[in-house]
Amino acid sequence: MADTQLTKKDFASDAEVKWCPGCGDFAIMNAVRSGMVAAGKPRDEVAIVSGIGCSSRFPYYMETYGFHTIHGRAAAIASGLKVANPKLDVWVISGDGDSTAIGGNHFMHVVRRNMNLNYVLINNKIYGLTKGQYSPTSEMGQISKSSPYGVIDYPMTPAKVAISLGGTFVARGIDKKMKLNEEICVRGAMHNGLSFMEIFANCVIYNDGAHDKLVNKEDGADYHIILKHGEKMIFGATSQYCLVQDGFGIKAVRIDKADEADILVHDEKNAEMAAILAGMRPDNGLPIAFGILYADDRKKTYNDMVYEQVDAVKEKRGRSIDDIMQSGHTWTV
Amino acid sequence: MAENAKLTSAEQIVIKFTGDSGDGMQLIGNQLTALAALDGNDVNSLPDYPAEIRAPAGTVAGISGFQMCLGDHKIYTAGDAPDVLVAFNPAALKHSSKFVKAGGMIITNSDSFTEKSMEKVGYTSNPLEDHSLNGYDVKAIPMFTLVREALAEMELPIAAKDRCKNFFTMGVLCWLFNKDKQLVLDFIQEKFGPKAKKPLLKVAQANTLAFKAGLNYGETAIMFQERYDLGAAQIEKGLYRNITGNDAAALAIAAAGEKAGLQSFIGSYPITPATDLLHYASEMKDVNLVTMQMEDEIAGICSAVGAACAGDLAFTTTSGPGLALKTEAAGMALILEVPLVIVNVQRGGPCTGLPTKTEQSDLLQAMFGRNGDSYMPIIAANSPADCFDATYQAAKIALKYRTPVIVLTDGYIGQGSCPWKVPKMAELEDLRPYVNFWVPEAHPGEKYVSYKRDPETLARDWAIPGTKGCQHRIGTLEKDINGAVSHDPMVHQQMTEFRKAKVDNLAKVLPDVEVNGKTSNKVLVISWGGTYGAVKGAVDRMIDDGKPVSGINLRWVWPFPANLGEVISQFDKVLVPELNMGQLSLLLRAKFLVDVESLSKVQGDPFREYEIIDKVNEMLGE
Repeated sequence: MADTQLTKKDFASDAEVKWCPGCGDFAIMNAVRSGMVAAGKPRDEVAIVSGIGCSSRFPYYMETYGFHTIHGRAAAIASGLKVANPKLDVWVISGDGDSTAIGGNHFMHVVRRNMNLNYVLINNKIYGLTKGQYSPTSEMGQISKSSPYGVIDYPMTPAKVAISLGGTFVARGIDKKMKLNEEICVRGAMHNGLSFMEIFANCVIYNDGAHDKLVNKEDGADYHIILKHGEKMIFGATSQYCLVQDGFGIKAVRIDKADEADILVHDEKNAEMAAILAGMRPDNGLPIAFGILYADDRKKTYNDMVYEQVDAVKEKRGRSIDDIMQSGHTWTV
Repeated sequence: MAENAKLTSAEQIVIKFTGDSGDGMQLIGNQLTALAALDGNDVNSLPDYPAEIRAPAGTVAGISGFQMCLGDHKIYTAGDAPDVLVAFNPAALKHSSKFVKAGGMIITNSDSFTEKSMEKVGYTSNPLEDHSLNGYDVKAIPMFTLVREALAEMELPIAAKDRCKNFFTMGVLCWLFNKDKQLVLDFIQEKFGPKAKKPLLKVAQANTLAFKAGLNYGETAIMFQERYDLGAAQIEKGLYRNITGNDAAALAIAAAGEKAGLQSFIGSYPITPATDLLHYASEMKDVNLVTMQMEDEIAGICSAVGAACAGDLAFTTTSGPGLALKTEAAGMALILEVPLVIVNVQRGGPCTGLPTKTEQSDLLQAMFGRNGDSYMPIIAANSPADCFDATYQAAKIALKYRTPVIVLTDGYIGQGSCPWKVPKMAELEDLRPYVNFWVPEAHPGEKYVSYKRDPETLARDWAIPGTKGCQHRIGTLEKDINGAVSHDPMVHQQMTEFRKAKVDNLAKVLPDVEVNGKTSNKVLVISWGGTYGAVKGAVDRMIDDGKPVSGINLRWVWPFPANLGEVISQFDKVLVPELNMGQLSLLLRAKFLVDVESLSKVQGDPFREYEIIDKVNEMLGE
């Protein structure tokens, strides 16, 4: 079988998938496989690194090299892996607990360094593997086993964090929107730099329906917008809303009340706008933004710069280890 | 005239420098170390500085020190009580005069003994005049006056001129110890002259003048009645340089990678006293050594594990609190069974403890500081130069057994320096045979099985990402031979036994311990790591005195060498001096059911030979 003819099915391992029936992770795995097909690397040049959590079982189900590591640290491990062998197509699969709580530090720094990794954060706003405690992305007031009277932590918005750290590819999807997720994963896989892909997922057992408001058949479309580069920001079940500038921010207005020239057009290279879009929430009267919020590959990647520096030092100094060992004040006995 | 000062030959001289932190004590100390070494002496040194970068000037708490011992024979430690103390100000004198050998020399800068500076450290009268230093040979030199005179022609701020007192002092010492002045003049040119990295021509000129003024002062002042002459030590032939333990370890990391045919990788985070290792390694980008300064200690080791998984020869470097943070990820390397070397430069603990002071109190952390049954080999370097070999050996064992290995050094040997016989790359052991990645071409018709083991070493078959057709999954959950997650009770029993047996097996190939002295005797003194020098020096002296004492040094602290139990059983009493509360003693008692006596010291300071001799005498009933 020629490598170029790989299909999504070729990326499935023999291992039995042990996620709960109906788990959002299935759909996301499907999208990731599309991304891998698009990237065009043979399976033995793909490595997946995961931390701990339901989503972190991911590598076992993929016919690639896989490393199921420790809680929160996948980004740091993947960084070493990528620097050691930049030819590999490296994916980090992580959850909201893994990436925003115990591994928050590594998530921040891997984005900041612009390591050329594909970073998927599956956000179900709950700890599933430990059977239902709230996470840093859980909503205020959310009832969970460790918040029986409601969460009193303000939630964090990972995509906004990623943009604030100079992330070069920031996208958001949701398990129910299979085609959108595929687009995100394909674009992310092709992006040269850290591709941060936050995908909302439903935990059928511990946080069922957490995202229903956004995707229900009746009025879900009123609460989210799918951004497309160069297209007007229009949303709603009947495309009845649009986004317009409002001082330094933006607001949602009925399209029939807006001047067409005022309707914002999505520019995926506008980081300031992306930060605002990433922070939109229905409870602020704004739709959740899906799609590619920001993408710009003009920034060099860390892994490229490592070897540019290596080459420059080799060129400039070009010593052997013997040279270095024999340098400084030496004397012969 | 002092020109007639008697030239007395000496076997060894211990010198201590003390002054304000940031006043160049480490620089002058290292300079004299290099000078003595270049002149053929054997040298051992010990820097001693406060945790604050610029501690309050003129206070006892802010004193930075540097002690060194030079001799015409093999020198194992920075020496016991100084023969010569150079104390640059009243605070330094207050801090250090009590350490000086009775009758020893104290050189000080009398210009710094102002009323205010003496008052600051609680001197109610001038100790240079009030006879409180009777019994010492005090040389009160008006250094500022003399340096300013020597530099009168130069246009430099007074403060810059006064800083030249260090090279003035070097001049005095160079004369006092009969060293080759040209070596210092060359050094000044090298450091500040036109060809230096950052030429500072005025500084070069000023230091040269100050140095010569110091030389002349020694020669012409009536102050010195004696000079010392140390012959060259009998040392193995070869090319030498002076090296700190941290630099030696950094070089070993580069060398081991090259000899393994792999890129070396360091994932690390700055921490005292290990940081210099990262600094030096970071300069070596031209020899396939990649360093990543990560966001924290955990990321440091995690990036190293990632690099190891990709087939680099991976290292992480740290000190005690950092090792504590790396705990879980060290266990990850262990259960994944990938090679990794953790270099831990120990410092005083617990927690933040004494960042700049030495201690050996991470031994039990290295042994047991992980969840689960998680043994890993531990090697302890016994001198600055030995950090090279210990790190190199650790890399070999890590590769050969597919296991994390801990290298224990400490602040004393990490930052201290000694002459190092520079090895040639061609002469170092080839590590390529231990890499042995699993590739399908070498196993026709065979399917890759990730936890299939070499029957002898129990090292697992290892295919790295990118190997054609060998894609597979491994993880930190317990797994079966295929790497598939398994909660089968017998699989866990067997895998745990494999992981332990791998480390136990290592003992079979480790060199036996060698006894210094008779193999059956009244007292056996066991050293490990940084206590090697003091124990070796003390035991040698006692053997010379005809005492029934022998010594051994443990290089591999885990597993113990195969003959250790037998060796120990031949002695009536066993003494383990340690810079901790008896950690190796605990392991020896547990392993061999032997009544080990522990000599503990946790004062941020290495053992002196006399402390060990006193204890042995007590055990001998003398």
